[in-house]
Amino acid sequence: MVRKLPRKDVVIVGLGWTGAILAHELTDAGLDVVAIERGPWRDTATDFNVAYAPDELRYAIRKDLFLQPAQEAMTMRNNISQTALPMRDYGSFLPGTGVGGAGTHWNGHTWRFFPSDFVLKTHLTERYGAGRIADLTVQDWGVSYDELENSFDRFEYLAGISGKAGNLNGKIEAGGNPFEGPRSREYPLPPMQMTYAPTLFAEAARSIGLHPFPTPSANLSKAYVNPLGIAMGQCTFCGFCERFGCANYSKSSAHTTILPVLMRKSNFEARTECEVLKVDLASDGKTAKGVTYVDVTGELCEQPADIVLLNAYGLHNVRLMLLSKIGTPYDPATGTGTVGRNYAYQTNASTQVFFEGKNFNPFIAAGALGQTVDDYNGDAFDHAALDFVGGAGINCIPTNGRPIAYRPTPPGTPRWGSAWKKAAKQNYGNTLTFSSQGSSYAARGNYLDLDPTYKDRFGRPLLRVTFDFPDNDIRMSNWVSDRMQQIATTLGGKQAVVGRARKGWNSVPYQSTHNTGGAIMGTDPNTSAVNRHLQSWDVPNVFVVGASAFPQNAGKNPTGPVGALAFWAADAIRNHYLKNPGKLVQA
Amino acid sequence: MKKAALLAGVVAAALVSASGFASDLFDRINAGRYKAVLADCAACHTKPGGQPFAGGAPLDTPFGKLIPSNITPDRETGIGNWSYADFRGALKEGVGKGGKRLYPAMPYPAYSAMTEADIADLWAYFQKIEPVSNRVVSNQLPFPFSIRTVMIGWNLLNFSPSEFKPDPAKSAEWNRGAYLVNGPAHCGTCHTPKSLLGADKTDQFLRAGNLQSWVAPDITNDAHKGIGGWAAEDIVAYLKTGANRFDIASGPMSEVVANSTQYWTDADLTAVATYLKDIKGAGTAPPRPLDAGDPLMLAGKAIFVDRCSACHVSSGEGAPFLFPKLAKAPVVNGDDPTSLIRVVLEGSQAGTTKARPTTPAMPSFAWNLGDAEVASVLSYVRNSWGNAAPAVTPAQVKDMRTKLAR
Repeated sequence: MVRKLPRKDVVIVGLGWTGAILAHELTDAGLDVVAIERGPWRDTATDFNVAYAPDELRYAIRKDLFLQPAQEAMTMRNNISQTALPMRDYGSFLPGTGVGGAGTHWNGHTWRFFPSDFVLKTHLTERYGAGRIADLTVQDWGVSYDELENSFDRFEYLAGISGKAGNLNGKIEAGGNPFEGPRSREYPLPPMQMTYAPTLFAEAARSIGLHPFPTPSANLSKAYVNPLGIAMGQCTFCGFCERFGCANYSKSSAHTTILPVLMRKSNFEARTECEVLKVDLASDGKTAKGVTYVDVTGELCEQPADIVLLNAYGLHNVRLMLLSKIGTPYDPATGTGTVGRNYAYQTNASTQVFFEGKNFNPFIAAGALGQTVDDYNGDAFDHAALDFVGGAGINCIPTNGRPIAYRPTPPGTPRWGSAWKKAAKQNYGNTLTFSSQGSSYAARGNYLDLDPTYKDRFGRPLLRVTFDFPDNDIRMSNWVSDRMQQIATTLGGKQAVVGRARKGWNSVPYQSTHNTGGAIMGTDPNTSAVNRHLQSWDVPNVFVVGASAFPQNAGKNPTGPVGALAFWAADAIRNHYLKNPGKLVQA
Repeated sequence: MKKAALLAGVVAAALVSASGFASDLFDRINAGRYKAVLADCAACHTKPGGQPFAGGAPLDTPFGKLIPSNITPDRETGIGNWSYADFRGALKEGVGKGGKRLYPAMPYPAYSAMTEADIADLWAYFQKIEPVSNRVVSNQLPFPFSIRTVMIGWNLLNFSPSEFKPDPAKSAEWNRGAYLVNGPAHCGTCHTPKSLLGADKTDQFLRAGNLQSWVAPDITNDAHKGIGGWAAEDIVAYLKTGANRFDIASGPMSEVVANSTQYWTDADLTAVATYLKDIKGAGTAPPRPLDAGDPLMLAGKAIFVDRCSACHVSSGEGAPFLFPKLAKAPVVNGDDPTSLIRVVLEGSQAGTTKARPTTPAMPSFAWNLGDAEVASVLSYVRNSWGNAAPAVTPAQVKDMRTKLAR
C-alpha cells in the first residue's frame, strides 16, 4: 500500500545547501514547498553541542555525520575491464547525511572557478588547438562566469565569506588572487587572521615570484548578519571543521544561514528520515508527477508535486535519475547517452616539511584558514610547452592538529614504540603541511551507472563508480608537485616529503569529497543531462542542482559554484519557468 | 497559520491606532486589537500551539497552579455571556462575572490603571474574535487559596484600583511610557519583587522579580544591576526585535517580544524607553567582587575558558545579536542567580522576530557539569569584567536541578 499525500507545488529531494537555498527562494515566490531528507533533523545547540562537538573519535573516526554504507553503499572500479565491488566503508570521499548535508561538515573553502573554466573546451581549443584535449571529454558549461557573477555574490553574502578580492570590476587588487574573475564587490568580511604556518608559506611563495593570498573562507573572520537577518559569530580557530558540525555558529551552513528563516515559513515543510526511492514519471516519461519515498516508519508514501528538484549529493542525484529513468544512461563504449557522463573527481598531492625549533601550534586552526597560490591553477599559466592541460591550487591550510589522526613523522620512523612516540612528539609542532588540489578533467572511461549485481536494502541497484585518474591529470599533478618541491626548498627545514599522484585510484584512503559530474549541464542535449538552467532536457519539470552539473572539475573546492548554481537555477524557475512551464531551452 | 494571520492584522492595527479613540466600530475593533497586543493578553490566554485566547498553559504561582481562562466570546466556555460591566470589572477591579474574584496572576492591579477608552476598545475587539469552545478549570490552587473570596482580603491589603494619572511635570512621551509600563504592558508583574502575599513591593518598582523559576531582571536605570548602560535606542531595539548589542531575549521575555512588543509602534517603544531611563534603581553600591585569585574564581575561570568562551568570548563580551554579553549585564549582576543557573543546566533558545530571526541556542550543560562546577563558573561570571554579585552556591544549583527534573 502506498500512502498518497496531498499535492505540493514543489518537492525537494535533500535539505543541504542547495535544497535550503532553493526552498527559500521558491517559498519567497509563494510556492508551497516540501523538502524530503533521508537523514535526521539537526541543529546547532542540540546536535553540535559545544561541550562535545570536538569529539574526534565520534565524528572524524566513526563518521557520525556521514552516510553509512548500510544505508547506501556504492560499487567501485578503475575501468570497465574490472568487476566493481561494494565498498565496506566510505573512505575516499564522505557524503553527508541529515539536514544540512555535506555542508554541515565541510571545511569552508569557498571559491569561484576561473572564467575560463566555464568555457573550458572553447578556451583550450582556441589557445592550444583541439588536439590537446583529444583524450578528454571536457565541455563548456553553457553558462558564463559573467552570467553567474551575481549568483556567486549572493552565495558569498548569504554565507559571510571572509576573503580579499583580487579583481574588483576588472581592477587587480593587492593582496587578493590576481587570477580570479572580476567580482562586483569586495567579500562581505575581511580575511581571517593568519597563523604561523600559512604566514611562512606565503613568504616563501612570494619570494619566488608567486602570488599567495588568503584562502576565501566560510569560517567567519568577524561577527556577521547576513541578508536574511541571521547572525553568525566569529570563528574561534578550534580546528574542528572538516567532519564536524560547528558549535559556535561561525561556519556557514544551511543551519547558520537559511534554516532559521526557512523553518518558520508556513509554506515550507521539512520531512526528515524519509528516503526518496524514485521520481515518479507520467506514463509518457516526459513529466514528473512527484516522488515516492519511504518514511521513518517504513511506510511507502507518494508525494505529488508540479516541480521536482533533485538537491541530493551529486552522486545521489545521478543515481536517482538513473533509477527513475530520467534521460538516457551514458554508454562509455559508444560515448552516447548523458546520465552518468563526465564523472570527475580531484587530483591531489600533499607536501610535508619537517623543521626543528618551530612551533606551528597546529591545533589552532580552522577549515579554510590559510594561504593559497593560484599561479599554477586552471589555465592561469601557459601550457604551450607542457604535456597536459589543467592545474592545481597550492594550499597551506593547516585544518587540524587533532589528537588521534594528526601524527606527522618523517619517512623511516617506526610505526609504533618508543621511537615513534619520540618522533611524534618532536614533529607535532614542527611540521608544515601544504598540498595541491588539482583539476579533474573528464575522460571517456570515467562515468557513473547502476551496478548490475549489487542492490540496496530496498532492492534498488547501487551506483557504480568507474574512475581512474586520466594520464593528463597525473602529468598535471606531478608537474605541480615539482613546483611544490620548489616552495618546500625555499621554506628550508630539515626534510621535505613531496607527494605524487599515481594511477590506480584507491577508494580507501580519504582524498576529497569533491565528486563532480554525472548529470552535467550544457547546451547540447546529446552531451549534457540538464540545460544551462539545470533543467532536465528530458523531463522539464525536474531540475538537478549540485556538483553533478559540473562538466569537469577545477582545481578548487566546489561549494562556491554549487551555491551559485542553486541561485542560478532558482532564478530560472522564478523568472522563467513559473511564467511558462516547459522547456526553458529548445534544442 | 491563524496566529500568523492574527499577528499580521496586528501590524495593520498598529497603523490605524495612531488616530486614537474612534467611534466607528471597525476602528474600535482594530484599536482594541492593538490594545490586546500592548496588554499581551495572548501571553497567558493562548496556549502554545492552541487557539488564540482560548485558554493558556498552566501558570505556576507560589500558591499553586492557575490556568488562564478562555477569553474568546464563546457563550458556554468563554466570555460570550459577559456584559461590558463584567469585562470592565475584571480588568479594573479583579472581579469577573457574578462577582467571581480573580487572582492577581491576572494582572488587574496593573490593568486597573488603563483608561476607560482602552478598556472599551479591548471589549469591542474581544467580542468580535472567533469564539472557541474550550472549557478551562482555572482555579487549581490548593486550599485555602482555592477559595476565591480570600482575594477580598488580599485586595484590601494590596490593591487600590486607580486609573493612571499623568504627571503634568513630565513630557507627554514620559507619561505615555509610564502609562504603558504601569498599565497595559504590566511590566511590574514580572519585574517588580513580590511580597510574601504575592503583591508588588511598590517601593522596589522594576528591581527584579522571580517567578516560575526565572528572574525578570532589574530594568531600572541602575548602573550596576539595571539597564543604566543601555541607551533609549537599545531598549527600543530590544523590545522591537528581541535583540540589541548587549542581549537577546530568551525565556519568558522572548514570548513577550514575540507576542507583544515587536508589534508596538515605534512611538510607544520610545515612550517606554524614555520612562524606563527615568526610573531610579536601588542605587546601592555594588558589592566588592570576589578576588580573581579566589579558588572558586580560579575553578570557575577554567570552566569558562573551556566551555563558555567560544561563544561568550573570554572578555564576556559575547557577539552582537547572537551570544548575550555577560559583562555588566543586569541579569548577571542581580542578587538572584535563578535564571543564570537555569540556562546553564537547561540550555536556552533565544526568541525570534522577523528582524532578528537567528534563534541561537545555548546547549544544556546539566549532563556534564556538577553542582559545584556550575556554581563556580557562575560565580566567576558574576565577578569578572566589571561584574560583582554574590557567589552562587552548589546548593542553589542542586535546588534548580531538582526543580527542572520535575
